[in-house]
Amino acid sequence: MIQAILVFNNHGKPRLVRFYQHFPEEIQQQIVRETFHLVLKRDDNICNFLEGGSLIGGSDYKLIYRHYATLYFVFCVDSSESELGILDLIQVFVETLDKCFENVCELDLIFHMDKVHYILQEVVMGGMVLETNMNEIVAQIEAQNRLEKSEGGALG
Amino acid sequence: MSDIVEKTLTALPGLFLQNQPGGGPAAAKASFSSRLGGLVRGITALTSKHEEEKLIQQELSSLKATVSAPTTTLKMMKECMVRLIYCEMLGYDASFGYIHAIKLAQQGNLLEKRVGYLAVSLFLHENHELLLLLVNTVVKDLQSTNLVEVCMALTVVSQIFPREMIPAVLPLIEDKLQHSKEIVRRKAVLALYKFHLIAPNQVQHIHIKFRRALCDRDVGVMAASLHIYLRMIKENSSGYKDLTGSFVTILKQVVGGKLPVDFNYHSVPAPWLQIQLLRILGLLGKDDQRTSELMYDVLDESLRRAELNHNVTYAILFECVHTIYSIYPKSELLEKAAKCIGKFVLSPRINLKYLGLKALTYVIQQDPTLALQHQMTIIECLDHPDPIIKRETLELLYRITNAQNITVIVQKMLEYLHQSKEEYVIVNLVGKIAELAEKYAPDNAWFIQTMNAVFSVGGDVMHPDIPNNFLRLLAEGFDDETEDQQLRLYAVQSYLTLLDVENVFYPQRFLQVMSWVLGEYSYLLDKETPEEVITKLYKLLMNDSISSETKAWLIAAVTKLTPQAHSSHIVKRLIQEFTVSLDTCMRQHAFELKHLHENVELMKNLLPVDKSCEDMVVDASLSFLDGFVAEGLSQGAAPYKPHHQRQEEKLSQEKVLNFEPYGLSFSSPGFTGRQSPAGISLGSDISGNSAETGLKETNSLKLEGIKKLWGKEGYLPKKESKTGDESETPPIPQESTIMENVDQALTKKDQSQVVTQSKEEKEKQLLASSLFVGLGSDNTISLLGKADTVSHKFRKKSKVKETKSGEMTSVHNMTCSSFSSLSNVAYEGDYYLNTLQDRGDKELKKFSLNSELLDSESLTELPLVEKLSNCSLSTPSLFDDNNMEIFHPPQSTAASVAKEICLASSLLEETTEYIHSNLTEVCNNETISVSSYKIWKDDCLLMVWSVTNKSGLELKSANLEIFPAENFKITEQPGCCLPVVEAESTKTFQYSVQMEKPFTEENLSGFLNYHMMDTHSVQLEFSINLSLLDFIRPLKISTEDFGKLWLSFANDVKQNIKMSESQADLPSALKTLQQKLRLHVIDIIGNEGLLACQLLPSIPGLLHCRVHADVLALWFRSSCSTLPDYLLYQCQKVMEGS
Repeated sequence: MIQAILVFNNHGKPRLVRFYQHFPEEIQQQIVRETFHLVLKRDDNICNFLEGGSLIGGSDYKLIYRHYATLYFVFCVDSSESELGILDLIQVFVETLDKCFENVCELDLIFHMDKVHYILQEVVMGGMVLETNMNEIVAQIEAQNRLEKSEGGALG
Repeated sequence: MSDIVEKTLTALPGLFLQNQPGGGPAAAKASFSSRLGGLVRGITALTSKHEEEKLIQQELSSLKATVSAPTTTLKMMKECMVRLIYCEMLGYDASFGYIHAIKLAQQGNLLEKRVGYLAVSLFLHENHELLLLLVNTVVKDLQSTNLVEVCMALTVVSQIFPREMIPAVLPLIEDKLQHSKEIVRRKAVLALYKFHLIAPNQVQHIHIKFRRALCDRDVGVMAASLHIYLRMIKENSSGYKDLTGSFVTILKQVVGGKLPVDFNYHSVPAPWLQIQLLRILGLLGKDDQRTSELMYDVLDESLRRAELNHNVTYAILFECVHTIYSIYPKSELLEKAAKCIGKFVLSPRINLKYLGLKALTYVIQQDPTLALQHQMTIIECLDHPDPIIKRETLELLYRITNAQNITVIVQKMLEYLHQSKEEYVIVNLVGKIAELAEKYAPDNAWFIQTMNAVFSVGGDVMHPDIPNNFLRLLAEGFDDETEDQQLRLYAVQSYLTLLDVENVFYPQRFLQVMSWVLGEYSYLLDKETPEEVITKLYKLLMNDSISSETKAWLIAAVTKLTPQAHSSHIVKRLIQEFTVSLDTCMRQHAFELKHLHENVELMKNLLPVDKSCEDMVVDASLSFLDGFVAEGLSQGAAPYKPHHQRQEEKLSQEKVLNFEPYGLSFSSPGFTGRQSPAGISLGSDISGNSAETGLKETNSLKLEGIKKLWGKEGYLPKKESKTGDESETPPIPQESTIMENVDQALTKKDQSQVVTQSKEEKEKQLLASSLFVGLGSDNTISLLGKADTVSHKFRKKSKVKETKSGEMTSVHNMTCSSFSSLSNVAYEGDYYLNTLQDRGDKELKKFSLNSELLDSESLTELPLVEKLSNCSLSTPSLFDDNNMEIFHPPQSTAASVAKEICLASSLLEETTEYIHSNLTEVCNNETISVSSYKIWKDDCLLMVWSVTNKSGLELKSANLEIFPAENFKITEQPGCCLPVVEAESTKTFQYSVQMEKPFTEENLSGFLNYHMMDTHSVQLEFSINLSLLDFIRPLKISTEDFGKLWLSFANDVKQNIKMSESQADLPSALKTLQQKLRLHVIDIIGNEGLLACQLLPSIPGLLHCRVHADVLALWFRSSCSTLPDYLLYQCQKVMEGS
């Protein structure tokens, strides 16, 4: 199970926060903050895995993160997920974002927060990995976009 | 790829302006981007948190006004919602918008609905009350013909759905499993998996559909169903062994590249699918040779095919290795897997190194030589700049710790501990150090010093068990008394030195440990007087930084030392100081000390030296208060109600609606309920009342899905799985190969020393040799982690006892099971032989002897043994109560066992009219053997002791006497003193036993004495365990009588018990109760049952039970105040045990 997916920038500003298990609002913020401090301390050339500790769920949970230019993508997962598998899943997610936004940047994540969520929903659903095939994900998103256009056209 | 997210916020204003004109075809979109854009721009422009807060509050209040305005269109609402999501993400409360999010999902068109659903799934949680409003919308959308709507509904269901509403959507989602579009089927599978997670009982019936999903023509759907299987197999692997073949076939196809190219990721076929399948296979093949054999081929192929070209192939390799080491071992595969681990460990990529260490940690218990191979890498990892790698290395070292390398490893751990600041790391590591120190400590000084470090670093965050265990270890001591005293003395001395250091602050827990030890063991000191110790403690007490809890410990220590001290002016000063303390607790302690101090003799009696381990005798029933209670009652005080009864009453008062018919209330505490009009039939009474119990169930704690770790008797360990592990352990590696390895290491060392080498290298080599000492050659067992087979210096006595009794039980189990099912004798015997490999040879011999014996017995005396097995089947719970007696002492020879069985046959003939227990030996010596069995007669328990004279000599005036026991009335049957017991004959003594006072289990002991030929008298003592159940008999009464009795009894106890699935219906529950507790089933009304029993001689006990889902509500009543509690306890035992 994936417990949470967090995306924040180099300054710790959250860009995408998705929890698959309920935490009260303050705890969520605290988790984002502490996770940020944990990953910030780490150089780029050391391993991409961190033990969550008391942060989320206890010792069974791990933080797996990747750092792209200005953004950190952090997945918090339990022991039933493969570390390297998740590492590549992050890559799939980011590449999909790149395809959907045509050269994605932090701004896309800010201004199209809802779209980012829709894309994520096609990759991970309720904490379970739904689809890892990038073409399939993009196809789903495009189907939704067509809908948007047709409705927008009908209304506008 | 890293250039993807390269544009940064500094470019924001310019980019934003560019975005604006082209920003969307509709005006709405432009206005949306500008609003959200404005907000974002505003926030990024700000410098302080305070300003941000102000801005967002402004934004929120304007949003609040907009969303609640009636003129706001759904389209505007959609934009507002996105802004609300943004604010919530930044941590501001937008709860006023929740209801509007739901509204949007309900009423909007597709796009608006999508935002609505997203907002709902981000804002709310499963138990949020507003979520109920969404259920109807979800139901509607699930029935929609629009694919997108269906998908949205399925998505929201899998993210967030109220548990109690699952039945509303379940059939719709089940239908979706047959949907023509694979994306719908796939999402439906995951939604059902989610239901399985939050309410497993509700989706039990569709397990067959999961199987269909596994065979789906679309790979995506099949992959989704693997989530479910991984989970279910983790919970219960034995139920899915039949699917092993399918999983193997699927994996073969995937590995063989039979999937469409779409599924390739960096030209690796469906890597995530492979990972999932490998995990499933690992779980299925664990401890199961036959299943494991099915997968050897495919694992081999996976290893071969995974060419190392991409990160994700390492992921597959890692899973492969993990699986190979999880399943029943095959040497060929193990070899390949070990090579793979080498690739990981030696890889320059840190992620892979980390996983390599993890894999090593996992396999080290099976293959310690691997650690030797990689010892230099491990040493390097100890100094790795990445703390995560370091921690993983320490974890690995923790697994290979033994008595020889303990000091080096603990030193490394302490070094790491001093560097780390994270609480989680400290707690974890401190626990490990304490465990290792207890197990392998080389000497007293080291042990105490290590524990000092643990206490001062772990301090107040560490697990409370650590100081508790340490103190218990000191107090209970080990086998050698002088050694114990030295340890204690050393502890005292070291604490005194620590306390002498000025300006050092120790954690409170450490101070508490110190004060206890000083209080108990200062008497061991030669030089320092108790006064000096008291002075030190006094100084601490006056310190402001000490918490009041610690002060209580300190005062307790002073109190213990006071009787040993000669002068007491400091104590007096202390009393003076603290009798006026503002802390009431401290004042209390000070006054206690003061009063004790006035009577030194009393004080010495009360606080004896070094008696902390003596058992205290406590009158748990508080019988000395009986008079006081009676007096209180006679003056009109309300009788005491047990906690659960009070709670139930409280709950029933809190209820809004009263479902009970007025005037018939059973649960009312007073006497009104018992005076209900006689004309009303009892059946309706009870069912009316149980409606109420049903309601209460929903109020009570939900225990479903919570793993049961603690039972009445304490922690519920999983013994079976442990023995399973043992049997899985591969054959111990050949000693020669290990020796070779050591040799290699040594020669390597020699060579490297010959070649001139940097000093650093040499240090590493030295470290390696000290770390890996004892690995391999002689100590393979200690590598198996915590297998307690090696005798450790600091192992607690109690532990030894535990393991012994564990063995005894399993021995008993073995004998018992071989008795009960003869057909399995050979098989089971084999099984146990396997699992018990490492037990003593002597015992092994005995086992085989036993099973052989039974085999031969089964040929000749089949009917008899069948009878025996019948008997044990009908009364298994009673057998459980006398484990120990059934266990035959190892020295008993095969001949005597045979004799016993013959004996049993004669006894069986005598006593067929009553049920009775097996014959069990209670004591013996070289001439005589005493066995006993119980006959559960209708009016009493008849204990029969049969004395067999094994010698060829005559015994004179044999006499058997039972010690009088408080709870029993024992009546001798005639003929208990026999003038002569002839050679090789058997005589029996009979006693009838009545119970005076209820109890759960009691011992009945006695002795046998006799004279040998040469007139010297021999006495043999024995004891036997009697349980309450020995005195319970069915009570056969009519339903009417039950009703009358029920109303006349004042003592009742209620409890809900959760039943296992197999027995979750009334008939089987009643059957269990009838068979195991000997309750008489009087009547069954719907889902309620009435049962009755009597406690001999004639105390009736009534039980009303009711089944609701998988909960059994028990309600006992009796005229005896304690019987209901005891019955309830027995009931829980049998219901949970079966």
